[in-house]
Amino acid sequence: MKKNAVFVFSEDQLGYKFSETHPFNQKRLTLTVDLLKEMNALSPSDIVAPRIATDEELSLVHDPGYIEIVKKASLEKSETTNYESYGIGTEDTPIFPHMHEASASLVGGTLTAVDYVMEGKSVHALNIGGGLHHGFKGRASGFCVYNDSSVAIKYMQQKYNARVLYIDTDAHHGDGVQWSFYDDPNVCTISIHETGRYLFPGTGNITERGTGEGYGTSFNFPIDAFTEDDSFLEIYRTALREIVEAFKPDVILSQNGADAHYFDPLTHLYGTMNIYREIPKLAHELAHQYCDGRWIAVGGGGYDIWRVVPRAWSLLWMEMNDIKTPEGNLPKVWLDRWSKESPVPFIPTWMDPNPLYEPIPRKAEITEKNKQMLEKALYALRNQQSYKNHQ
Amino acid sequence: MEMLVEEIMNTSVPTLTPTHTINDALLLLKAKRIRHIPIINANKEILGVVTDRDLKKATPSTLLNSNNPEVYELPLEKIMTKNPIVGHPLDFLEETATIFYDNRIGCLPIVSQGKLVGMITESDLLYKFIELTGSHQPGSQIEVRVPNKTGVLFEVSKVFYEQKVNVLSVLVYPDKANEDYKILVLRVKTMNPLKLIEALRADDFEVLWPNHPGKIL
Repeated sequence: MKKNAVFVFSEDQLGYKFSETHPFNQKRLTLTVDLLKEMNALSPSDIVAPRIATDEELSLVHDPGYIEIVKKASLEKSETTNYESYGIGTEDTPIFPHMHEASASLVGGTLTAVDYVMEGKSVHALNIGGGLHHGFKGRASGFCVYNDSSVAIKYMQQKYNARVLYIDTDAHHGDGVQWSFYDDPNVCTISIHETGRYLFPGTGNITERGTGEGYGTSFNFPIDAFTEDDSFLEIYRTALREIVEAFKPDVILSQNGADAHYFDPLTHLYGTMNIYREIPKLAHELAHQYCDGRWIAVGGGGYDIWRVVPRAWSLLWMEMNDIKTPEGNLPKVWLDRWSKESPVPFIPTWMDPNPLYEPIPRKAEITEKNKQMLEKALYALRNQQSYKNHQ
Repeated sequence: MEMLVEEIMNTSVPTLTPTHTINDALLLLKAKRIRHIPIINANKEILGVVTDRDLKKATPSTLLNSNNPEVYELPLEKIMTKNPIVGHPLDFLEETATIFYDNRIGCLPIVSQGKLVGMITESDLLYKFIELTGSHQPGSQIEVRVPNKTGVLFEVSKVFYEQKVNVLSVLVYPDKANEDYKILVLRVKTMNPLKLIEALRADDFEVLWPNHPGKIL
């Protein structure tokens, strides 16, 4: 029988661990799974184990030489190899034991999700261990070794001949995925992120629209620091609706980084839990409207692993399963279990208290600036549409 | 290391001769998506330059219904800028940028031993300056306001060294608000600059960064 959705997870995914103090911390997977179980929203029959991506699959996107370097780094300390030129062994992406296997397992998880959906075994699939959108062809970057979304998109093109739309709501620009398909007209990449004025990686300007045949299939919506829920959602809803309508994908792959929240230590956006309730709703709706339901979701950034990520990703899974958005308090058992470990007091409710922060002095200007950016970023698409409509 | 013109110039430059027609030039501009064509002779000596603006001036307005097919058959000799300003492969990038600026030109043919060996356009220069700012590589941007005195750059970069953060580029601007200060704009190869910012602040440097009401960095 066709399932509605599968949840790709195993303890192996926790092995992607740089150090005890590194901000990228997969403990958030444990916290999310536990929260969902306490909500009775995740049963053992929903969970499927990720496979490990083969070298052949990884090389759909990555240079074989780079894969060899990652393997070598996983096994031995080498004084002679310049790992840094491959982006590993750096402060951001330190080398750790079994780095290759752990990274290939996150990619495998997204491929498992893809196979479930594309073979029609489930309508949707979620791999919160994926979403490593900064990984480049021959180089690690921004905590990401291999790029699971890029590999999965190439894999869907080759194995299923699919036209893929990738939507990335992580607070950082989805650069790795964008550059992988920058000249490909059959993959549409959309990224909504804090501007690169200060924030890593610095790219993701509206002028990055693709190249050659792929011109017009990369979209970037850089929003200002201190952007709040309403402006964020206005950009997200308008952009996603119009682009999906124009591009007509076979499948939607959404990257659900949860670092645009006010609490996130690495970014400067002012989102609250509202955006994490609303983002999956529209992806879900459009997947049914345009793609016969085919929707694969992955995780991504998210550096407040206690107060933000578990709630955000639980809401994502519940939306995927048409479970009504929970109201009121988080399960007491869950709060009691983890509050001892958490360095910060929990928000005990599903939604954030209102207000969560002091009012932003220049809110109106920020909203106006974002709106202007949205118009500019969609200008070419809208003109092309009205041109088509007049023919 | 200074940057030389030969390192950034285009060496495969589409060219035409003085006897080619205006129509030839229009087709070439369109096919190669370029705006400047060096005009050379059989010995590759540079005789002139034809730009999209020269061509627009020479051809009838698209708003007129005049039918002047003969215009398109005229030789480029008639419209080209003769004896254009040229550069040498060993010229410095900064000097070359000044030549563009002072003469308000859009392209500079590069000549060595009397022959055309390459060309630089405004866009090439602009891209080179983007590269110099480091903004084409993944990184975070940090701005530090420092007193305008000797040795400050050393003090700042010591912190970067101690924090093991790779610096992609450094730009120095005067502080418009106070000329006793300068702004250092550093692009650093990290997604997590928090420790670095903390360390800079611990050494009493003023880090310019999105101002966080109610959020302590």
